[in-house]
Amino acid sequence: MSFGSGSMTNSISEIKDCKLIFLIGGNPTEAHPIVGLEMKKALRKGCTFVVADPRRIWFAQHAKLYLPVRPGSDNWLLNAMAHVIIAEGLENKEFIKTRTEGFEELKTFVKDVTPEKAWEYTGIPAEDIRQAARLYARSEKSAIFYTLGITEHTCGTDNVRTIANLALLTGHIGKSSTGVNPIRGQNNVQGATDMGCLPDRVHGYQYLSDATVVEKFEKAWGVTLSRTQGATSPTMFERMNKGQFKALYVIGEDPVMSEPNQDYTIRGLKNLEFLVVQDIFMSETAKYADVVLPATSFAEKDGTFTNTERRVQRVRKAINPIGNTKPDWQIICELSNRMGYKMDYPSPKEVWDEIASLAPMFAGINYARIEHNGIQWPCPDTKHAGTKFLHEGKFTRGLGKFFVLPYRPPAESPDKEYPLILSTGRTLYHYNAGTMTRRSAGIIHKTNDCFVEIHQSDAGELGVFDGEMVRIATRRGEITARAEVSEKVKKGVIWIPMHFVEAAVNKLTKDAYDNITQTAEYKVCGAKIEKL
Amino acid sequence: MVMIPKIKVNIDGKPIEVDKGKTILQAANSTGIRIPTLCHDPRLEPFAACRVCMVEIERGKSTALITSCNTEATDGMVIRTDSEKVLKTRKMVLELILSDHPKDCMTCGKCGTCTLQDLAYKYGVRESRFFEEPDGGIVEDENPVIQHDTSKCILCGRCVRICAEVQQDYAIDFKNRGFETETGTPFGKPRRDTTCVLCGQCVSTCPVGSLVEKQAVGMGREWEFKQVKTTCAYCGVGCTMYLNVKGNRVVKVTSKAGSIPNDGNLCVKGRFGYDFIHHADRLKHPLIKRNGKFEEATWDEALSLVASKFGEIKAKHGPDNIGVFSSSRCTNEENYLAMKFARAAIGTNNVDQCART
Ligand code: SF4
Ligand code: SF4
Ligand code: SF4
Ligand code: FES
Repeated sequence: MSFGSGSMTNSISEIKDCKLIFLIGGNPTEAHPIVGLEMKKALRKGCTFVVADPRRIWFAQHAKLYLPVRPGSDNWLLNAMAHVIIAEGLENKEFIKTRTEGFEELKTFVKDVTPEKAWEYTGIPAEDIRQAARLYARSEKSAIFYTLGITEHTCGTDNVRTIANLALLTGHIGKSSTGVNPIRGQNNVQGATDMGCLPDRVHGYQYLSDATVVEKFEKAWGVTLSRTQGATSPTMFERMNKGQFKALYVIGEDPVMSEPNQDYTIRGLKNLEFLVVQDIFMSETAKYADVVLPATSFAEKDGTFTNTERRVQRVRKAINPIGNTKPDWQIICELSNRMGYKMDYPSPKEVWDEIASLAPMFAGINYARIEHNGIQWPCPDTKHAGTKFLHEGKFTRGLGKFFVLPYRPPAESPDKEYPLILSTGRTLYHYNAGTMTRRSAGIIHKTNDCFVEIHQSDAGELGVFDGEMVRIATRRGEITARAEVSEKVKKGVIWIPMHFVEAAVNKLTKDAYDNITQTAEYKVCGAKIEKL
Repeated sequence: MVMIPKIKVNIDGKPIEVDKGKTILQAANSTGIRIPTLCHDPRLEPFAACRVCMVEIERGKSTALITSCNTEATDGMVIRTDSEKVLKTRKMVLELILSDHPKDCMTCGKCGTCTLQDLAYKYGVRESRFFEEPDGGIVEDENPVIQHDTSKCILCGRCVRICAEVQQDYAIDFKNRGFETETGTPFGKPRRDTTCVLCGQCVSTCPVGSLVEKQAVGMGREWEFKQVKTTCAYCGVGCTMYLNVKGNRVVKVTSKAGSIPNDGNLCVKGRFGYDFIHHADRLKHPLIKRNGKFEEATWDEALSLVASKFGEIKAKHGPDNIGVFSSSRCTNEENYLAMKFARAAIGTNNVDQCART
C-alpha cells in the first residue's frame, strides 16, 4: 500500500475539525450515520465539502462542489486532480522530498491526464476538476473519506492508491483532522481482517510468507502449519464450481446474498460434499447446508469489536442465549476439541489475552483497560494510550509511495443491449441482506421493498413512471423492483440497494474481482430496464 | 497547540480556574458542583428556555439572577448556585413548568429517570399555584417506535434542536402559541411521511415522558432494567450503547452523551433495530439435513457429525479441500478462533470473509 496500512488514518472525533472534506464513493448519512453526524458538525463549523458520487446524496446537496462522476471512472478524476495540483504548483515540495518516493514517475505520468481528457470519461467539466484539486490542496486540514464506491471495483486497489497519491502530493496526512479515511461498512469487518481471517496472514497483519511468523505460531499453537498458499473466497467458489472443493464451514456469513452472481454461488455450494452454516437465522445460504448450528446474537455474548477507527471495544452479554443456542466462540472450541485440537478457554477474555500475547499491535490492550472506553491499535504496551491518527512523522512502510496507475475500464461496460450502468449500495434503514433489519418493526416501517433509482430523463425515454414496478436485467439474471424516478442518480446510471431477498441485486452483479483485495465489482455493470 | 487562557471565578465560595469561553454551567460542572438543568444537552447550543439553571451573580453592590447554561463565565465572577434567592426562584420556575404538566407520574414510563420529577422531588414542589388542565395527549402515528405525548411536553426544545442541529433533518418544530404550544411534525403528519429518519435522537434527549420508545411502553419500570453497556453490531462506526434488559429480554436501547465514539448519538439501526434478537424466526436448535429435510438434533449429534465429516474429508482429500468463512458479525475473539481452527485444527490456510467491505 501507499502508506503501509489500510485503515482510517484519523479518528471519528477529529472529523468535526476538518476544514475540507473530500468525500468520494461514500454516503455516510446512510451507511455510517454517526460518522455522518460528525461530518454534519464539521459542515456547521464551516468545513468545505467536495463530493464525488454518481448519486446526489445528502452531502452532495450541501457541498461547495458536487462532482457527479460516472461509475468506474474515478481513476480519471483522481489522476486529473493530481495533474492540476502539479501543474499549478500546489504540491507540498518539502513533504514530497522528505517523506515520499516515486514522485517523478507520477509527475511524468499525470502530465497527459488533463482535466479536459478526464471530462470525457467522468462526465465532469474540466473546470470543476480544477476547482476540486485547488480546494483540496489549499485547505490547511483536508481529509479524504471513501467507502465502497471506491473499493468495490475491479480497479478498487488502484483507486485507493490513486487517492493516496493526492494526500502524498499535498502532505495532507499524518496530522489531526487531516488524512485518508476508508470507512468500514460492516460492524466488525475491521476486526475480522485484523484477526487474520485471510488466507495470507494471521492476526495483527503478520504474514505467513515470513518464516519467523510461521515458526512463532507453530510454537505458540503447538502444531505444524500448512505451507500451502490459502485460497480466497472467490477462488474457493471457483473450485467449488469445478467440483474441486469438498467442504465449507460458514460462520455468520450469507454468501448466497452477499456474493455477486448468485446462480454461480449456489451452484458452487451445491457441489460441496459437506456444508456447515452457523448463524442466528435460516439464511439463504443455510438452506443449502448439511448441518446448521444455531449461534447467539451479539446481545448474548461477550467479546470485542474493532470499529472503523481501529478502536477495540467491548461487547457484553446482556441476556442468556435464546433457545438451545451457543455463542460462536464456544461452538468453534467444542468443534475443535472434537477434532482433536484442544481449545480450552473459560471465556472470551482468555482468547483476547492470547490474541494480545501473539501480536505486538494489540499487546497493550486487555479487557481491564477497555472496561470504560475502547483503545485504538496500534497499542504496543499497557502504558501506551493507543493511536489516534496514523503516520505522524513516518509511514508504516517508511516512505510514502506514489503509484502510477493508468485507467482500467470496468470488467463490464454498458453496451447496446444493456445500456445503463447498474450500481448497488446500502440504505440507512437496512443492513446487508436484511436478515436482522427486516425483522425489526421500526425499520421496515420506513422502507420494506426493493427500489431502483433512475434518472427522470432515462425514465422518460423508457416511459417508466415513479412508483411503477419494472424489470431490471443484466447478463446474469433479472429482478423486479419499484422505480424511484428523480434527479438523484446521474443520467445513464441506475442504483439498487442490496438488502432484499426477494429482489436480490446479486442476481445481477458481476463476479469480477479486484486482483489484490478480491473485492467484487458491485458498483458497475451493464443493465437494462423494462416495463412490466 | 493553541493555549486557551484561563480565568478565575468563585462558585459557592470555592475559587476555581477554568478555560476562558466556558459557560457558568460548565465551570460549575468542572468542580463537581451540580446545577440543575432541563433544556440543556451538552450536544446542543445553549437555548435558555427552562430557567431552572438560574444562579445568582454579584454585580457591584447588588446581585442578579441569570441562566448559567448560556452565560459565559468571566474573570473575577462571584457566583452562588444555592442562595436563598436562587432556590426560591427555581422552585417558582418548577411550579410554572408543572402548571402545564399532568400529574400522572404513577403511570408514566419515564418515572424514575424523568428530570422534572427528580427536580420536583429535590425542591419539594408538590402543587403548582398556577395549575391549568394540560391539553394534548398521545399523538396518533402508526410508526412502531416513537410515542409522543404532547400533554407532557415542557417545551424545552431539545427534540427540535437535536433534530435540527445534530441530525439536520428538520422533521419537527414548535407549533401554536401560549398554553397550546407543542412540538411535532409539520401539520401533524405521520413521521413516515416527513423527513424524519426515525433515529430516535429526539427521544433520547427528551428530559420528560413526552417522547418515549413505543416498544418499551408497559414493558417495565426504569428501575427494573439492567443497563448493559455494549457496542452496536450494525455498522463500522461501533457506537457505544446500552441494552436495557428485564428478565431475559432486551426492552430498549439507550445511549449517554459523552460516550465514545458517538457522544450518545445513535441511528435508527442502533436504537431501534434490536427486535431481531427476540424474533420468532431465530434458530433455536442444531439442524441436520436428512433426506433433503432439516431435522432438529442435539448439539452432541450435530458437532460429532461435523467433526467426523471434516475428519473424513481431510483424510481422504487433504485439508485444502476444506474452507472456513468467518464474518464481520463475529467478535474479534471468534474471528481469531475461526482462523486458528482453520489453520491448527483443519490444517489449511483456506480462511476468508465473504463481503470484505
Ligand atoms: S426521530 Fe430523528 S429525525 Fe425523527 S424527529 Fe426525532 S430526531 Fe428528528
Ligand atoms: S417533547 Fe420533550 S424534548 Fe421536546 S420540547 Fe417537549 S419536553 Fe422538550
Ligand atoms: S448506531 Fe448506527 S451508526 Fe452507530 S454503529 Fe450502530 S448502525 Fe452504525
Ligand atoms: S438549562 Fe439553562 S435555561 Fe434550561
